[in-house]
Amino acid sequence: MSRQATGTAFVALLRRDFLLAYRRRAELLQPLVFLLVVVTLFPLGVGPSPTLLANIAPGVIWIAALLATVLSLDSLFRSDFEDGTLEQMVLSGQSLALIALARTVAHWLVAGLPIVLLSPLLAMWMNLPDEGLLILIESLAIGTPVLSLIGAIGGALTVSLKRGGQLLSLLVFPLYVPLLILATSAVSSAVVDLPYTGQLGLMVAGLIASLTLAPFATAAALKLSLS
Amino acid sequence: MNPIFLFFHKTGSPPWFYKYSGKLIPWLWAIFLVLTAYGLYLGLVVAPADYQQGESVRIMYLHVPTAWMSMMIYGLMAIMGFIALVWRIRIMEVLVISSAPVGAAFTMIALITGSLWGRPTWGTYWVWDARLTSELVLLFLYFGVIALYNAFDEPRKAARAASLMSIVGAINLPIIYFSVEWWNTLHQGSSMGSSGTGIHPSMLLPLLLMATATKFYYGANLLSRARLTLLKQDHRKRWVQDVLSKESH
Repeated sequence: MSRQATGTAFVALLRRDFLLAYRRRAELLQPLVFLLVVVTLFPLGVGPSPTLLANIAPGVIWIAALLATVLSLDSLFRSDFEDGTLEQMVLSGQSLALIALARTVAHWLVAGLPIVLLSPLLAMWMNLPDEGLLILIESLAIGTPVLSLIGAIGGALTVSLKRGGQLLSLLVFPLYVPLLILATSAVSSAVVDLPYTGQLGLMVAGLIASLTLAPFATAAALKLSLS
Repeated sequence: MNPIFLFFHKTGSPPWFYKYSGKLIPWLWAIFLVLTAYGLYLGLVVAPADYQQGESVRIMYLHVPTAWMSMMIYGLMAIMGFIALVWRIRIMEVLVISSAPVGAAFTMIALITGSLWGRPTWGTYWVWDARLTSELVLLFLYFGVIALYNAFDEPRKAARAASLMSIVGAINLPIIYFSVEWWNTLHQGSSMGSSGTGIHPSMLLPLLLMATATKFYYGANLLSRARLTLLKQDHRKRWVQDVLSKESH
């Protein structure tokens, strides 16, 4: 298989996924509306005090982003699995890790990137001080691809199960712990004018590590689910 | 055949494994009981009480070995899972899924004894201390592996999925451990729990005895579970019929 064919396959998969996403717009909106609703619940639950909200803002926004991502992960491979597309992809002779990566990149662009774009609104709702806003956006921009990459492993493992959604959250939430810690600490540090580049640097390291390792685990999980 | 391959091939065959693990298990139980009895005697009766923690320090003789086991078993599951996935050795799949409940139990004992110790010492059952938190996350990782295994109908597919999950979890485990450690030290200055100084021999000996005893317990429990799983999976096969007819006479 030539390199060009591999590149073409990657682009073709991305284009197909965007087209599918575009034709299922309403489905894509669900996790984002969910994100907005979850963040809205916090001021209602803990009280509207601006200082309290500002204190918990990074954690609340990040946890809402985790929940919204996991919600969208269940459908990551499901329809392809059910209609047999996944089997055809495995039989195509292309690297399964590459296929998994293309699917994950598409997932991030339609489910993760909107979270990054919505984050200024969430920051305003949660009264996050202006010093933290840029770092919140940066942390989400670095972190949400990691959520998609690690989550894809869980999605691939549970794709052949009828009720995989709950199990998926049990599998991936513990794996998200380091990311949550680093991201919220970066934003909180930025708010009180402390250095935060260390945390962001570690998050980038996590992004590179998961970008190189996770597609292979996802591919192994997909093969297993199809066996 | 290459002698190494022959060894793996033989060890990996369920009837062979069933036969020889059955001979090993009574010994493992016996050594476990002797070590535990002696270790507990030394720890609970002979060893002195701590001048700061008082008698509650004796919880350590159970708490520390179980906490060690909780991490060791997860690491072993990842190694066995890797072998199971790469070389497709069925015994290894069975050992991975038989390890998970034992590891989860050790993790739970470590958490419970830790919180019982924390009450008189720290004045609270639970704090979000770095070690407690990473142990709790480890428990969730165990639950994930067990739940994943139970979700599949087909046992071999289930075991392979559980193996893959334990590898992914084990790669993340050090990252989780260090990030949680760092999170806690960043948020609050005090570092409770970890006192890296030397332990007096009168306290070290029972600790080491208990640490060794838990490994024999794991071995015995693991092999018993694996044997049972093999019998269930192979219940229509010839060797199981033979075993059962022999044992019922």
